[in-house]
Order: sequence, then C-alpha cells, then structure tokens
Amino acid sequence: MSEAVRITRAIEFCSSLRLRIGALSDAENRRRFGALAERHGHNYRLEVSLLGVPDARTGMVVDLKDVKDVLEREVMARFDHLDLNDDTEFFEKRPPTAENLAQLIFELLGRAFPAGLLERVRLYEGPDHWVDVERGDGA
Amino acid sequence: MTRRYRFPAAHMLRRADYSEVENQRVYGKCANPNGHGHDYALEITVSGPVDPATGRVLEPTRLDELVERTLLRRFSHRLLNEDPLFAEQVPTAENIARAAHALLRELVAAGGVHLRRVRVRETRNNTFDYGDLG
Repeated sequence: MSEAVRITRAIEFCSSLRLRIGALSDAENRRRFGALAERHGHNYRLEVSLLGVPDARTGMVVDLKDVKDVLEREVMARFDHLDLNDDTEFFEKRPPTAENLAQLIFELLGRAFPAGLLERVRLYEGPDHWVDVERGDGA
Repeated sequence: MTRRYRFPAAHMLRRADYSEVENQRVYGKCANPNGHGHDYALEITVSGPVDPATGRVLEPTRLDELVERTLLRRFSHRLLNEDPLFAEQVPTAENIARAAHALLRELVAAGGVHLRRVRVRETRNNTFDYGDLG
C-alpha cells in the first residue's frame, strides 16, 4: 500500500448561466436545451482531491492555506456571484454544463497546483447532481 | 462496508524543534499554543467476502467495539498532542488517518476482513483518506 494520503477540500460558489452554443440561434438553443437555455443559477459545491505523501517533518501533504489561496484565485474569483456566460471567456462556444465546467476547473487547477498533485474534481450542481473529472480522463 | 464515528478532540500543529516563528510560518493559525479542536468524523471502510451465515462482511457491532476500544476511547475529549502516538509526529489529519489505520488494521484482519480505507473528516470542507486509494 502506498504511503500517500488523499486530501479533499470543498468550496461553494454561486453562479448564473445559460446553456447555449454561441453559433446557434436563440430558437435553436431553446430547442436543444429547453428551460436551461434561459438564465438560471446554481449553488455549486466543488470537492478538490489532492494525492501525495505527507512531508515527514510537517506531517502535511500540502499547506491547506496554499490550497485555499489557489481555489480562491482560480475558482472563486472567476465564478462566484458571476455569470458563467457573460463574465468569463470560457463558454462562448461550448455550454457551461456541469461536465464542461468541471473539465475547465480541472485544467485550471492542474496548472495551478504542483505537477502530479491534483487527482480529481467533483462538481455538484445542487445537492443531487454531480460530475467527476479525474486524472487520466484526458481532460 | 463503511461506518462513521465521531469524536471531539483538541490539537495544535507545532513542532518542539521549530522556533515560534517557524511554527507560525508552517502551520499558521493551527499552531496556536493553547490548541484548537474539531468534531472529527472517522469513516472506516472494510471489505471482504460476505459470510453466508450472517450476510455480513463484518458484524457492525464488532467494528463498533473495535473502534470504540482502540480509537474513540483514546482520542475523544483529549488533546491529541499528548498521545504517545504523536510524540514524534504532529497530529495533522494526515497523521491521524495513518495512525488510526495502523491501530485498526491487524484487529480487523483477525476476522479475515480487510481494512480498506480510513477517512478523517476534520471539518465539512476538509477530509483526508488513507488506505487503498483506488
């Protein structure tokens, strides 16, 4: 068995969004996405899992303060109390589904954390629906 | 099978061989010399064949008894830094998970059952897993 420990840190953010594909007309987006093509919002909960061997002296895989700072900068500042379509540049071509948002967050965090540390992100879109993006998913 | 247990305990993240400045730098507010505490949740996951006579991997009451005797009685309402387990290492949640796993593993295995994972939940936003992390 590996000596690694998995740390999972959760944060919550609230965003508005419309599921739409920029190249399509409003009518086509409505046909494709139904009510979700109208502006609505979610309370997102994001669980970020990091996998590593605790430092022999500090007993920590990573300083949770650093994790908080990264999540604040990469996620909260970009998405919390903002509109995913109008306040970010990420969803002009693809719709901000939970799948696309989770993959984006995995990419952003993968670049922000030391290489190899990020294992998984789980994004809850409300309490009853969530998606996982894991290392090796090709995200 | 996974069962969840809870215990309130105090700890502080400090090393005696660090200066006050070093402890503050490495552990921040967790280094408060008077300590702080958490309502820890401990999730114990065991796996193994289901006994056809009982329909169980392990009797939940048996696991409860083992966890109570080896972990809860030891950690509940204590300052974890005073436990000999943490004489040489800081009681971070990472180290608590590894210590709990080490204390339970052989006892659980005595019944032919595998201790698969120990999860320490320090707050609702911070959890730490040790064991088979597939």
